[in-house]
Amino acid sequence: MAIQRERSGRKTSPVGKEFTLDRRDAVPALIGKHEDFLIISGLAGTSRDIAALTRDGAHSYTMAGAMGGACMIGLGLALARPDKRVLVVTGDGELLMNLGALATIAVLNPPNLAILCVDNGHYGETGYQKSHTSLGVDLEEIAIGSGIRATRTLSAEEELAEGARMLRDGNGAAFVLLRVKPTDPPGFKRNMDPAACRNRFRATLLDSLQPDV
Amino acid sequence: MDETTHKSIGWQDELYDLLRRNRVTQFAYVPDAGHRILIARSLADPGVHSVALTTEEEGVALLAGADLGGARGVLLMQSSGTGNCINMLSLIKGGRFPFLTLVSMRGDFGEGNPWQFPMGQAVEAVLGAMGVICLRVERPEEVVPTVSAAVTMVFQSGHAVAVLLTQKLLGAKQF
Repeated sequence: MAIQRERSGRKTSPVGKEFTLDRRDAVPALIGKHEDFLIISGLAGTSRDIAALTRDGAHSYTMAGAMGGACMIGLGLALARPDKRVLVVTGDGELLMNLGALATIAVLNPPNLAILCVDNGHYGETGYQKSHTSLGVDLEEIAIGSGIRATRTLSAEEELAEGARMLRDGNGAAFVLLRVKPTDPPGFKRNMDPAACRNRFRATLLDSLQPDV
Repeated sequence: MDETTHKSIGWQDELYDLLRRNRVTQFAYVPDAGHRILIARSLADPGVHSVALTTEEEGVALLAGADLGGARGVLLMQSSGTGNCINMLSLIKGGRFPFLTLVSMRGDFGEGNPWQFPMGQAVEAVLGAMGVICLRVERPEEVVPTVSAAVTMVFQSGHAVAVLLTQKLLGAKQF
């Protein structure tokens, strides 16, 4: 027997929250001047977005594994560098692997950390299988329930300006869910050596290669 | 409070001071009785970030982020949590991030809960497989020198080290 559940909130596919934006336009439009941020990106799609945008810049750390870690790397960096604005750019699949990170981040609520989740509802890297967000899971609702106070879902071009403001300003952690259609991210050849990327990130930020700074 | 608890309070305070002297400013943990003094000290210290986690792998990623920003951290966890860290340790090994963890052991000397044995007995094998050097501590007077050695191995030599605080040290009955 099917169980009917009462819910006060959203329907599975709220009107105006469809996956129609193109990530190739929407991600650069939202981030704007990328040099203003230290950027952590999670896995294939968003790492390609960020590598193309920053031309594989040393102020970005683009992951290609350790799935589920992007938000927490961002938290550690934000706590270490309160003088810098930290932006985590990750996908729905990567975020779904460690939803608890949203709760951990909400509890600390660092003012210099923003999370941009590029939600295409699919696992693009493995052949575009549907993710949970195509099947009724709403990551903004999860962020709200985790205790993150500044949240927004963007699914139309006219909403991007408000989203861009949230990534840059605020007195607590921000979560912006960008709904995009399931199309390929830009191609860009980036450095895939995680140790080399660590060294260049630290060298640029800390002006030294010593682990002792 | 029994005698074992008394002893552990002594070295835990010394341990906290050692970590602070070595500029550790991010304390990440899933709450555990074996680390309760360190956790309480970090919560009371305005000079550090005390980060409660929902799962231990979050702490692995957190400490990598801390390092990218030039800060030092430590992950406090129970042996059961080491299994939750395994794939995230790809980040540490592949990125050659410094990584320090203190592990309170279950499922070893005198353990009375059979659920603790599978992971407790696998700790050294799985951490070793992911490139984490394990240092076991069995006596109170070895704690501070061992963690001091680990701090050098991690933050000077850039390695990943787990200090295993065994049940012979912590006592099997208290938690």
